[in-house]
Amino acid sequence: MDQAHAEPNYMKIFWWLLALTIIEVAVVYAHLPKLTMVVALVLLALAKAFLVAWYFMHLRSEKTALIMMVGLPLLLLMDLLLGLMPDIAHHIF
Amino acid sequence: MDQAMTMDTSPELTGTVRGKVGMWLFLVSDALTFGGLLCAYGALRMGSADWPVPSQVLDIPLTAFNTFVLICSSVTMVKALSAIRHGNVKGLQKFLLLTALGGITFLSIQAYEYHHLLFVDGLRLRTSLFCATFFALTSFHGMHVLSGVIYILVTFWRSTQGDFTAEKNYRVEVLGLYWHFVDLVWILVFTFVYLL
Repeated sequence: MDQAHAEPNYMKIFWWLLALTIIEVAVVYAHLPKLTMVVALVLLALAKAFLVAWYFMHLRSEKTALIMMVGLPLLLLMDLLLGLMPDIAHHIF
Repeated sequence: MDQAMTMDTSPELTGTVRGKVGMWLFLVSDALTFGGLLCAYGALRMGSADWPVPSQVLDIPLTAFNTFVLICSSVTMVKALSAIRHGNVKGLQKFLLLTALGGITFLSIQAYEYHHLLFVDGLRLRTSLFCATFFALTSFHGMHVLSGVIYILVTFWRSTQGDFTAEKNYRVEVLGLYWHFVDLVWILVFTFVYLL
């Protein structure tokens, strides 16, 4: 099973997570335009979350069925965002 | 135990033990709960005209350090699993305790932060929507960390009973899944509640 897969280099993932966290904090204090800051922070957070799930939680060495079982329900969150859009859209656009 | 291990294995569909599949299913539903809270937070924030800038109310450097602590505790958790897969029970125990220590450090810093917000700044759940969403999200996550610390200590106790070997250790991996998930959620909460 998954023991057969080589262990990822955990320390490398750690340094990536640390670097991305430092960049995030730097972005907050860099006084960027609001939209640039929001997009940058969301992308950085998603990248970090992906690194944790993919390497630390070993999703990369799981079967497709398990990855689908985990990934597809999260699409429901998109549904929730869409449902909230009528309430918040006039503040964004 | 070995018989239970065999019964727990259903490699046909997911290629892994049922305990792991069960934990993943729990984590997905937990992720949707956190997702619901985060979406509510986003909607309330978008709908408010006078939302404060979080970095002017909250202590970003302290919380960034707390994020660092949780990331470190994720590393010690993968080291714990790695140790027992090589049959190293002492290593497993050492890294489990270090991970629990990381969790306790996180909770202590969060308690300090709460104390400051509640008793120095005088903020309460009812003070504003900002406070309501802040306390709801961070306390819900904090309870997950507390549960995780208890879960780690129970697993540590089981390791002293000889429950884990190089061949039989999937419960350590299941514990790891839970702990990394708590780390993952914190990454999102830290970004959306503190940094944005």
